Amino acid sequence: MGGARPLAPWRWLGLPLVQCMALTVLFSLPFRVFGLSMPEPIFPMVPAFAWAVIRPSMLAPLGVLVMGLFLDIFWGAPLGLWALSLLITYGAALVGRSMMAGQSWPVMWAWFAVNSGLAMSAAYLFTMLDSHASPSLMAVGWQFLATIILFPFAHLLIDRFEDADVRFR
Amino acid sequence: MALRENPFGELRVPLAWTAGVALIVAIVVAVGLLMSDRRETFRSEAYGVTRQVGDAVAAPVTGFLVTPGRWIGDGVDTVREYFFAVSENRRLKAELAEAAEWKNAALTLRDTNNRYKALLGLKTDPPIPMVAARTVSEARGPFSNTRLANAGREKGVISGNPVMSENGLVGRVIGVTEGASRILLLTDIAARTPVMIERTNARAILTGDGGPNPRLEYLRGQDPVKQGDRLVTSGDGGVLPRGLPVGLAVKGLDGRWRAVLASDAAPVDFVRILLFQDFSQLTAAAAAELNKMPVPPPASPLPAVGVTANAATSAASAAAPKPATTPTSATPAPSTGQAPAAKTAPPRTPASEAATSSRPATPAPSTARAPAAKTAPPRAPAPKAATPPSPATEVPF
Repeated sequence: MGGARPLAPWRWLGLPLVQCMALTVLFSLPFRVFGLSMPEPIFPMVPAFAWAVIRPSMLAPLGVLVMGLFLDIFWGAPLGLWALSLLITYGAALVGRSMMAGQSWPVMWAWFAVNSGLAMSAAYLFTMLDSHASPSLMAVGWQFLATIILFPFAHLLIDRFEDADVRFR
Repeated sequence: MALRENPFGELRVPLAWTAGVALIVAIVVAVGLLMSDRRETFRSEAYGVTRQVGDAVAAPVTGFLVTPGRWIGDGVDTVREYFFAVSENRRLKAELAEAAEWKNAALTLRDTNNRYKALLGLKTDPPIPMVAARTVSEARGPFSNTRLANAGREKGVISGNPVMSENGLVGRVIGVTEGASRILLLTDIAARTPVMIERTNARAILTGDGGPNPRLEYLRGQDPVKQGDRLVTSGDGGVLPRGLPVGLAVKGLDGRWRAVLASDAAPVDFVRILLFQDFSQLTAAAAAELNKMPVPPPASPLPAVGVTANAATSAASAAAPKPATTPTSATPAPSTGQAPAAKTAPPRTPASEAATSSRPATPAPSTARAPAAKTAPPRAPAPKAATPPSPATEVPF
């Protein structure tokens, strides 16, 4: 009777957070396949979007902040860059949550793309202000594409935990 | 106290509101951190303890994770080498034949160069010490291009040290901790590297934008660069030594001049961190070497300046007993019959010494210094004055 019990936060918040960090570390290894570097998607974008869609929570923004700070430190970016960008994604998804409810899979993918684009636009703007230079749009585009193809994982997370807690049925 | 007995137990706050408040608090924290970040200053104190701890933890973890991948890569390379051995052999033979010609030319040029250095009293920078390291992780996104190397403070690495692969400049160190150092790549949005076009000596600033090909900005002059020109560090500003290979100039799709980085020719697995701070460090560390007198050239090259070997020998023996012969005049002093002229020559200041010594065509050393030394000011500062304005850095790669 696992479904009758309240959902522990570590299952829908803690575990995806750790998984995202582990995948980020794995994809940062300096390997080349056929002379090409591996892509660098923003894995934390998946839970940042999915947590807001699943349900509002006090712990989720804290988790997003932790993931963002991890990205900043691990990638050597300005401290707070990805933390703020991911929090913007979370906030946007939280605000548009009622509009996303009950939408089909492709529409949700489009929402994910919009939210990812919002986060990357914010990161672009912050980087411009910080470095007084414009990042390459081509490089931003590649990272955006590498990120939005992760939507199936977000869908999996939403599907699994949207109705998993008896208190919110 | 049970929840029901709590006076606030019946108080229900909408979940969305609490999430909103938590979100606002988190955003305030993130904004505060972003505003206080001073990564762009590239100072060691700006790197912060948090990043140092993060790097110290990440380096061994990624170093461990990367090992199986390297084994697989080595295995694939072995199989590939086995199957492509014949074509590889043919290619290497052709390269070897070409390299043999270059070797002869290089040896001749090195010999000539050494003699010029000795004749002019030219002082080059001493070799820069370096440490080898392995890169264990990399960030290659548009907003940060950095690498983590597994050598840190314990090996003498400090912020600002240039980093090279076997092919060219990779970037420079922006943060150091025990066992790890963070390298800012040339492609990072915050990277600015003073470079020059080797063919024209035109200066430019290599500006990263997060893409694979950084831009060449602030190019001056008319047609200072052509497609395929080699780029090297200019040494301007004293941040990097002069002459490190950077890459080739290419015209980008956007019409701007960009660089194809030399370090991209192969995976950057191992790097060399040059323990270079600035030029004053080099001169201070090697003051003794810089002040050392140049080795006199052998007798054989003297005919090249129009004096036969016999004449040179006899002149040398004639000049040898004169007590006023100074050490610097030992280089080409024998070639003289111009001693009287030297008597009427104006006194040589160190500045004029430097001016003449920087011109290879001037046979200044052939003037007889022995008698002139009586009237000339002391020549002790000559070795310093003879240092060229922009000596090439010798990096023993």
